[in-house]
Amino acid sequence: MIEIRDLHKYFGSLHVLKGIDLDVQKGEVLSVIGASGSGKSTLLYCINGLEPIQQGSVRVDGIDVHAKGTDINKLRTKLGMVFQQWNSFPHLTALENVALAPKIVKGKSRDEARDIAAKQLTHVGLGEKLNVFPSSLSGGQQQRLAIARALAMEPEYMLFDEATSALDPELVGEVLDTMRLLAEEGMTMICVTHEMGFARDVSDRVAFFHQGVMEEIGPPAQIFSEAQSEHTRKFLANVR
Amino acid sequence: MFDYNFHWRPVMKSLPDLLEASLLTIQVAVLAMVLGIIIGLCLALTRLHLKGPLYWFASAWVELARNTPALFQLFFFGFGLGAFGLHLSPYFIVLAGLTFNCAGYLAENFRGGFQAVPETQLRASRSLGMTAWQAYTRVVIPQVFRIVYHPITNQMVWAVLMSSLGMLVGFRELSGETQFFASRTFRIFEYFAVTAVIYYVIVKIILLASRLLASRLFRY
Ligand SMILES: Nc1ncnc2c1ncn2[C@@H]1O[C@H](COP(=O)(O)OP(=O)(O)O)[C@@H](O)[C@H]1O
Ligand SMILES: [Mg+2]
Repeated sequence: MIEIRDLHKYFGSLHVLKGIDLDVQKGEVLSVIGASGSGKSTLLYCINGLEPIQQGSVRVDGIDVHAKGTDINKLRTKLGMVFQQWNSFPHLTALENVALAPKIVKGKSRDEARDIAAKQLTHVGLGEKLNVFPSSLSGGQQQRLAIARALAMEPEYMLFDEATSALDPELVGEVLDTMRLLAEEGMTMICVTHEMGFARDVSDRVAFFHQGVMEEIGPPAQIFSEAQSEHTRKFLANVR
Repeated sequence: MFDYNFHWRPVMKSLPDLLEASLLTIQVAVLAMVLGIIIGLCLALTRLHLKGPLYWFASAWVELARNTPALFQLFFFGFGLGAFGLHLSPYFIVLAGLTFNCAGYLAENFRGGFQAVPETQLRASRSLGMTAWQAYTRVVIPQVFRIVYHPITNQMVWAVLMSSLGMLVGFRELSGETQFFASRTFRIFEYFAVTAVIYYVIVKIILLASRLLASRLFRY
């Protein structure tokens, strides 16, 4: 379970997250929507400790992410993350991309790591591309590679930061399908997304962010048809 | 001028000595490059990540190495330090001068290389649980290395050629040795012609080796 309490984040004097309280249960799929600059990416970075916080706390399975004594690298293996820019490692084949972290972070043997990698790549539909370098993969394939790479650490949570925003429209579908597959398998997911169809169909809850505040959170039906906040209604009217 | 008679025999007789001196040339160039790569990496990272005195020091090094004649840099380690009572042997004068110069040039290449690898590669690596050290050594530096590989090769060639300045501080590497024999026998043209060929061959071997190595190292 992820427990966020009174989370405040500043970049210098810029107050980016203004007191977020949010719990994400095991097995839940939460979509986070909101205008650009509202703090969605920053929220994800605060959850896996890529950004420090200035007030409040984030706990993952009871462990305080930002506490001094926390082994953050170990904790991050529980929290897979997929970025908007897919960030394949260009000097490694697809298989090596996925096998690297299991090998050097988890200490798996070379063969074990390769088996895990092959399994995860097959899982996201890249079983034919094991020995290919990222430069000869499409954007959609590279993003699925990034998903496989995160899954290879056997995370309990997956954080998606606009995983489809940088893709050509015709490649969005394959990545969303992969995310749907994960959701059906019971993965706990926080998905920052602009894909309203995905948010409506796949998530258990949808959170709307506005200028660093979580304005509204609830089941998709509630957010999409009877939003309480004026800001939410405006935002949804614009994206549709 | 056209009455000049070429006499190659003396040169051929001292060829073994010249070849031995060329090993010294290669040795000092390789050592300067190894040190230059290590120091250049430190200078580049200092200039990218630090502020204050260390940053100024690294910047001054790079500026001086790149914007003053290499010969003056060599003279500094020879006569400059000599004026302060610190006398290095010709070997160390050349090694220090070349290292200073190579480190400065390589630092700029490395800095460009690091800037060419997106910040997000580091973030992605850290999100997988890698330590900063792992992320740098397994993800960032291999990409930087590829970017700076050809500049490093060029610098290696440059180091070999630049080491010939050693003859001006009394170092008997290939050029110094050539000068020594040439002035004793007065077959100046012949000696320097043969030595030019030796330099040419050394450089060609370096370029060939670099190309072969690149085809083994870089698979993408
Ligand atoms: N590294 C950073 N340094 C300074 N400001 C930042 C940084 N990252 C994000 N911001 C600012 O924080 C705010 C929230 O950004 P972000 O979380 O990326 O929003 P979103 O993902 O919702 O578009 C924006 O105003 C952005 O400019
Ligand atoms: Mg964002």
